[in-house]
Amino acid sequence: MPALPLDEAGKYVAAAYVVFLLLILVYVAIIGMKVSRIEREVGELLELTEEDESPRAREVGHSPTVQESPEGEQSPQRAGLEAPPR
Amino acid sequence: MYSKGFKPLAASAVAVTLLAFAMVFFYAPLETDQGFIQKIFYLHVPMAIVALGGFVAGGIMAILHLRSGDRSWDMRSYVCIHLSIILGTGVLLTGSIWARASWGHWWLWDEPVLVSFLVVFLLYCVYYPLRFSIEDPERQARYSSVFAIAAGAFVPINFAAVRMAQAFTHPRVLSETGGALPGDMRLTFVVCIVAMALIFVTLWKLELTAKHASMQLKRLRTRLEATAST
Repeated sequence: MPALPLDEAGKYVAAAYVVFLLLILVYVAIIGMKVSRIEREVGELLELTEEDESPRAREVGHSPTVQESPEGEQSPQRAGLEAPPR
Repeated sequence: MYSKGFKPLAASAVAVTLLAFAMVFFYAPLETDQGFIQKIFYLHVPMAIVALGGFVAGGIMAILHLRSGDRSWDMRSYVCIHLSIILGTGVLLTGSIWARASWGHWWLWDEPVLVSFLVVFLLYCVYYPLRFSIEDPERQARYSSVFAIAAGAFVPINFAAVRMAQAFTHPRVLSETGGALPGDMRLTFVVCIVAMALIFVTLWKLELTAKHASMQLKRLRTRLEATAST
Protein backbone atom coordinates (compact mmCIF):
# COMPACT_ATOMS: atom_id res chain seq x y z
CA MET A 1 0.00 0.00 0.00
CA PRO A 2 1.25 3.55 -0.67
CA ALA A 3 2.17 5.71 2.31
CA LEU A 4 -0.76 7.54 3.87
CA PRO A 5 -0.78 11.34 3.64
CA LEU A 6 0.44 13.10 6.79
CA ASP A 7 -3.00 14.34 7.91
CA GLU A 8 -4.44 10.82 7.80
CA ALA A 9 -1.37 9.03 9.17
CA GLY A 10 -1.10 11.60 11.98
CA LYS A 11 -4.44 10.46 13.43
CA TYR A 12 -3.28 6.85 13.65
CA VAL A 13 0.11 7.77 15.11
CA ALA A 14 -1.54 10.06 17.67
CA ALA A 15 -4.03 7.30 18.57
CA ALA A 16 -1.22 4.78 19.17
CA TYR A 17 0.77 7.16 21.41
CA VAL A 18 -2.39 8.23 23.28
CA VAL A 19 -3.21 4.54 23.94
CA PHE A 20 0.25 4.06 25.45
CA LEU A 21 0.06 7.19 27.61
CA LEU A 22 -3.45 6.28 28.79
CA LEU A 23 -2.31 2.80 29.81
CA ILE A 24 0.56 4.25 31.85
CA LEU A 25 -1.65 6.96 33.38
CA VAL A 26 -4.41 4.50 34.36
CA TYR A 27 -1.82 2.17 35.87
CA VAL A 28 -0.16 4.96 37.88
CA ALA A 29 -3.61 6.22 39.00
CA ILE A 30 -4.53 2.74 40.27
CA ILE A 31 -1.24 2.48 42.19
CA GLY A 32 -1.83 6.02 43.50
CA MET A 33 -5.24 4.98 44.83
CA LYS A 34 -3.64 1.96 46.51
CA VAL A 35 -1.02 4.18 48.16
CA SER A 36 -3.67 6.63 49.39
CA ARG A 37 -5.64 3.70 50.85
CA ILE A 38 -2.49 2.54 52.67
CA GLU A 39 -1.94 6.07 53.97
CA ARG A 40 -5.54 6.23 55.23
CA GLU A 41 -5.19 2.86 56.98
CA VAL A 42 -1.92 3.93 58.60
CA GLY A 43 -3.73 7.02 59.91
CA GLU A 44 -6.53 4.83 61.29
CA LEU A 45 -4.03 2.54 63.01
CA LEU A 46 -2.22 5.53 64.49
CA GLU A 47 -5.50 6.85 65.87
CA LEU A 48 -6.32 3.43 67.32
CA THR A 49 -2.94 3.12 69.05
CA GLU A 50 -3.20 6.64 70.44
CA GLU A 51 -6.72 5.93 71.75
CA ASP A 52 -5.39 2.73 73.28
CA GLU A 53 -2.46 4.47 74.89
CA SER A 54 -4.27 7.45 76.44
CA PRO A 55 -6.29 5.44 79.07
CA ARG A 56 -3.13 3.54 79.99
CA ALA A 57 -1.28 6.81 80.34
CA ARG A 58 -4.01 8.10 82.67
CA GLU A 59 -3.64 4.93 84.75
CA VAL A 60 0.13 5.34 85.01
CA GLY A 61 -0.14 9.06 85.67
CA HIS A 62 0.47 11.74 83.11
CA SER A 63 3.58 13.71 83.89
CA PRO A 64 2.97 17.49 83.76
CA THR A 65 6.59 18.06 82.75
CA VAL A 66 6.07 16.26 79.45
CA GLN A 67 5.71 18.61 76.53
CA GLU A 68 5.17 18.10 72.83
CA SER A 69 8.36 17.94 70.85
CA PRO A 70 8.75 20.41 67.97
CA GLU A 71 8.99 17.46 65.51
CA GLY A 72 5.47 16.33 66.27
CA GLU A 73 3.12 14.83 68.80
CA GLN A 74 4.71 12.64 71.44
CA SER A 75 2.88 9.81 73.15
CA PRO A 76 2.68 10.15 76.97
CA GLN A 77 4.25 6.74 77.57
CA ARG A 78 7.20 7.37 75.36
CA ALA A 79 7.60 10.86 76.71
CA GLY A 80 7.44 9.50 80.23
CA LEU A 81 10.30 7.12 79.53
CA GLU A 82 12.41 9.91 78.24
CA ALA A 83 11.61 12.25 81.15
CA PRO A 84 14.51 12.84 83.59
CA PRO A 85 14.44 10.66 86.71
CA ARG A 86 13.05 12.30 89.84
CA MET B 1 13.02 -2.36 50.88
CA TYR B 2 11.80 -1.97 47.29
CA SER B 3 11.77 1.82 47.21
CA LYS B 4 15.56 2.06 47.35
CA GLY B 5 16.82 4.09 44.39
CA PHE B 6 13.29 4.71 43.14
CA LYS B 7 13.57 8.48 42.67
CA PRO B 8 16.64 8.48 40.37
CA LEU B 9 15.17 5.54 38.46
CA ALA B 10 11.86 7.35 37.91
CA ALA B 11 13.66 10.55 36.93
CA SER B 12 15.84 8.71 34.41
CA ALA B 13 12.78 6.89 33.01
CA VAL B 14 11.00 10.21 32.41
CA ALA B 15 14.12 11.83 30.93
CA VAL B 16 14.93 8.94 28.56
CA THR B 17 11.26 8.64 27.50
CA LEU B 18 11.14 12.34 26.63
CA LEU B 19 14.42 11.97 24.74
CA ALA B 20 13.07 8.93 22.89
CA PHE B 21 9.86 10.72 21.86
CA ALA B 22 11.87 13.75 20.73
CA MET B 23 14.13 11.49 18.65
CA VAL B 24 11.13 9.69 17.13
CA PHE B 25 9.51 12.89 15.89
CA PHE B 26 12.49 15.22 15.28
CA TYR B 27 15.54 13.03 14.60
CA ALA B 28 14.51 9.77 12.94
CA PRO B 29 13.85 10.24 9.22
CA LEU B 30 10.55 9.35 7.56
CA GLU B 31 10.51 5.85 6.19
CA THR B 32 10.17 5.88 2.42
CA ASP B 33 7.63 3.09 2.15
CA GLN B 34 5.25 3.81 5.03
CA GLY B 35 5.92 7.47 5.70
CA PHE B 36 4.76 9.03 8.98
CA ILE B 37 2.74 5.96 10.04
CA GLN B 38 6.03 4.11 10.65
CA LYS B 39 6.49 6.25 13.81
CA ILE B 40 4.24 3.71 15.56
CA PHE B 41 7.10 1.22 15.13
CA TYR B 42 9.18 3.06 17.78
CA LEU B 43 6.43 2.51 20.33
CA HIS B 44 4.95 -0.82 19.30
CA VAL B 45 8.12 -2.91 18.88
CA PRO B 46 9.96 -1.81 22.08
CA MET B 47 6.73 -2.42 24.01
CA ALA B 48 6.51 -5.94 22.55
CA ILE B 49 10.19 -6.70 23.28
CA VAL B 50 9.94 -5.44 26.88
CA ALA B 51 6.63 -7.28 27.45
CA LEU B 52 8.10 -10.58 26.23
CA GLY B 53 11.27 -9.91 28.24
CA GLY B 54 9.07 -9.29 31.28
CA PHE B 55 7.36 -12.64 30.84
CA VAL B 56 10.74 -14.39 30.70
CA ALA B 57 11.99 -12.39 33.71
CA GLY B 58 8.85 -13.44 35.59
CA GLY B 59 9.76 -17.07 34.86
CA ILE B 60 13.33 -16.57 36.10
CA MET B 61 12.07 -14.97 39.33
CA ALA B 62 9.67 -17.89 39.76
CA ILE B 63 12.66 -20.27 39.51
CA LEU B 64 14.40 -18.23 42.22
CA HIS B 65 11.27 -18.52 44.35
CA LEU B 66 11.11 -22.30 44.02
CA ARG B 67 14.84 -22.65 44.67
CA SER B 68 14.99 -20.38 47.71
CA GLY B 69 11.47 -20.65 49.10
CA ASP B 70 11.54 -16.88 49.54
CA ARG B 71 8.02 -15.57 48.86
CA SER B 72 9.31 -12.14 47.87
CA TRP B 73 10.53 -13.69 44.59
CA ASP B 74 7.00 -14.87 43.88
CA MET B 75 5.75 -11.32 44.47
CA ARG B 76 8.42 -9.97 42.09
CA SER B 77 7.45 -12.57 39.49
CA TYR B 78 3.75 -11.72 39.84
CA VAL B 79 4.32 -7.97 39.42
CA CYS B 80 6.61 -8.63 36.42
CA ILE B 81 3.93 -10.73 34.69
CA HIS B 82 1.20 -8.25 35.63
CA LEU B 83 3.13 -5.37 34.05
CA SER B 84 3.95 -7.45 30.98
CA ILE B 85 0.25 -8.15 30.46
CA ILE B 86 -0.46 -4.41 30.63
CA LEU B 87 2.27 -3.75 28.07
CA GLY B 88 0.94 -6.69 26.03
CA THR B 89 -2.46 -4.97 25.90
CA GLY B 90 -0.66 -1.90 24.60
CA VAL B 91 1.15 -3.99 21.99
CA LEU B 92 -2.12 -5.48 20.70
CA LEU B 93 -3.87 -2.10 20.59
CA THR B 94 -1.05 -0.16 18.93
CA GLY B 95 -0.42 -3.08 16.56
CA SER B 96 -4.06 -3.06 15.48
CA ILE B 97 -3.95 0.70 14.90
CA TRP B 98 -0.78 0.31 12.82
CA ALA B 99 -2.23 -2.66 10.91
CA ARG B 100 -5.37 -0.69 10.08
CA ALA B 101 -3.34 2.27 8.82
CA SER B 102 -0.76 0.20 6.98
CA TRP B 103 -2.61 -2.89 5.70
CA GLY B 104 -6.22 -1.71 5.86
CA HIS B 105 -7.17 -4.37 8.44
CA TRP B 106 -7.39 -4.24 12.21
CA TRP B 107 -6.24 -7.84 12.49
CA LEU B 108 -4.91 -10.60 10.18
CA TRP B 109 -5.51 -14.13 11.40
CA ASP B 110 -3.06 -15.69 8.91
CA GLU B 111 -0.12 -13.65 10.19
CA PRO B 112 2.10 -15.76 12.52
CA VAL B 113 3.62 -12.83 14.46
CA LEU B 114 0.22 -11.38 15.38
CA VAL B 115 -1.43 -14.66 16.28
CA SER B 116 1.59 -15.96 18.24
CA PHE B 117 1.67 -12.80 20.34
CA LEU B 118 -2.06 -13.15 20.99
CA VAL B 119 -1.50 -16.79 22.03
CA VAL B 120 1.22 -15.73 24.50
CA PHE B 121 -0.99 -12.91 25.80
CA LEU B 122 -3.99 -15.21 26.32
CA LEU B 123 -1.76 -17.82 27.96
CA TYR B 124 -0.69 -15.27 30.56
CA CYS B 125 -4.29 -14.11 31.05
CA VAL B 126 -4.84 -17.58 32.57
CA TYR B 127 -2.28 -16.70 35.25
CA TYR B 128 -4.73 -14.49 37.17
CA PRO B 129 -7.58 -17.00 37.62
CA LEU B 130 -5.01 -19.68 38.46
CA ARG B 131 -3.32 -17.53 41.07
CA PHE B 132 -6.40 -16.10 42.72
CA SER B 133 -8.38 -19.34 42.79
CA ILE B 134 -5.93 -20.73 45.37
CA GLU B 135 -6.48 -19.41 48.88
CA ASP B 136 -3.53 -20.94 50.69
CA PRO B 137 -0.68 -18.42 50.20
CA GLU B 138 2.06 -21.08 50.09
CA ARG B 139 0.28 -23.16 47.44
CA GLN B 140 -0.72 -20.03 45.54
CA ALA B 141 2.91 -18.92 45.31
CA ARG B 142 4.15 -22.41 44.37
CA TYR B 143 1.55 -23.10 41.67
CA SER B 144 1.92 -19.60 40.24
CA SER B 145 5.68 -20.08 40.06
CA VAL B 146 5.31 -23.38 38.22
CA PHE B 147 2.98 -21.70 35.72
CA ALA B 148 5.32 -18.71 35.32
CA ILE B 149 8.28 -21.02 34.60
CA ALA B 150 6.37 -23.14 32.04
CA ALA B 151 4.87 -20.11 30.30
CA GLY B 152 8.18 -18.22 30.49
CA ALA B 153 9.91 -21.12 28.69
CA PHE B 154 7.17 -21.06 26.07
CA VAL B 155 7.89 -17.42 25.15
CA PRO B 156 11.35 -17.88 23.53
CA ILE B 157 10.26 -21.19 21.93
CA ASN B 158 7.24 -19.45 20.45
CA PHE B 159 9.40 -16.53 19.29
CA ALA B 160 11.90 -18.88 17.60
CA ALA B 161 9.12 -20.86 15.92
CA VAL B 162 7.63 -17.70 14.47
CA ARG B 163 11.05 -16.56 13.23
CA MET B 164 11.46 -19.85 11.44
CA ALA B 165 8.02 -19.57 9.83
CA GLN B 166 7.72 -18.04 6.41
CA ALA B 167 7.17 -14.28 6.65
CA PHE B 168 3.83 -13.04 5.35
CA THR B 169 2.97 -9.40 5.92
CA HIS B 170 4.55 -8.51 9.25
CA PRO B 171 8.16 -7.31 8.85
CA ARG B 172 11.03 -8.87 10.81
CA VAL B 173 12.72 -6.07 12.71
CA LEU B 174 15.92 -7.47 14.16
CA SER B 175 17.11 -9.56 11.26
CA GLU B 176 19.74 -9.29 8.56
CA THR B 177 17.13 -9.20 5.83
CA GLY B 178 14.10 -7.01 5.69
CA GLY B 179 14.61 -5.32 9.01
CA ALA B 180 18.07 -3.74 8.68
CA LEU B 181 17.54 -0.21 9.98
CA PRO B 182 19.67 2.76 8.91
CA GLY B 183 21.92 4.23 11.63
CA ASP B 184 19.69 7.09 12.83
CA MET B 185 16.58 4.90 12.88
CA ARG B 186 18.47 2.16 14.73
CA LEU B 187 19.75 4.65 17.34
CA THR B 188 16.22 5.99 17.89
CA PHE B 189 14.93 2.43 18.18
CA VAL B 190 17.59 1.51 20.77
CA VAL B 191 16.80 4.64 22.83
CA CYS B 192 13.10 3.71 22.66
CA ILE B 193 13.85 0.19 23.95
CA VAL B 194 15.92 1.64 26.82
CA ALA B 195 13.10 4.09 27.65
CA MET B 196 10.51 1.31 27.63
CA ALA B 197 12.72 -0.91 29.83
CA LEU B 198 13.21 1.96 32.30
CA ILE B 199 9.45 2.61 32.41
CA PHE B 200 8.91 -1.10 33.06
CA VAL B 201 11.46 -1.29 35.90
CA THR B 202 10.16 1.94 37.46
CA LEU B 203 6.54 0.75 37.46
CA TRP B 204 7.67 -2.66 38.71
CA LYS B 205 9.41 -1.06 41.68
CA LEU B 206 6.44 1.22 42.29
CA GLU B 207 3.96 -1.63 42.44
CA LEU B 208 6.28 -3.77 44.55
CA THR B 209 6.72 -0.90 47.03
CA ALA B 210 2.94 -0.42 47.25
CA LYS B 211 2.33 -4.15 47.69
CA HIS B 212 5.07 -4.47 50.31
CA ALA B 213 3.66 -1.51 52.26
CA SER B 214 0.18 -3.01 52.07
CA MET B 215 1.43 -6.37 53.37
CA GLN B 216 3.37 -4.75 56.22
CA LEU B 217 0.28 -2.77 57.15
CA LYS B 218 -1.81 -5.94 57.23
CA ARG B 219 0.75 -7.60 59.54
CA LEU B 220 0.82 -4.56 61.79
CA ARG B 221 -2.99 -4.50 62.00
CA THR B 222 -3.06 -8.23 62.88
CA ARG B 223 -0.46 -7.76 65.62
CA LEU B 224 -2.22 -4.73 67.07
CA GLU B 225 -5.53 -6.56 67.08
CA ALA B 226 -3.88 -9.53 68.81
CA THR B 227 -2.34 -7.18 71.42
CA ALA B 228 -5.67 -5.45 71.99
CA SER B 229 -7.51 -8.72 72.52
CA THR B 230 -5.06 -9.94 75.22
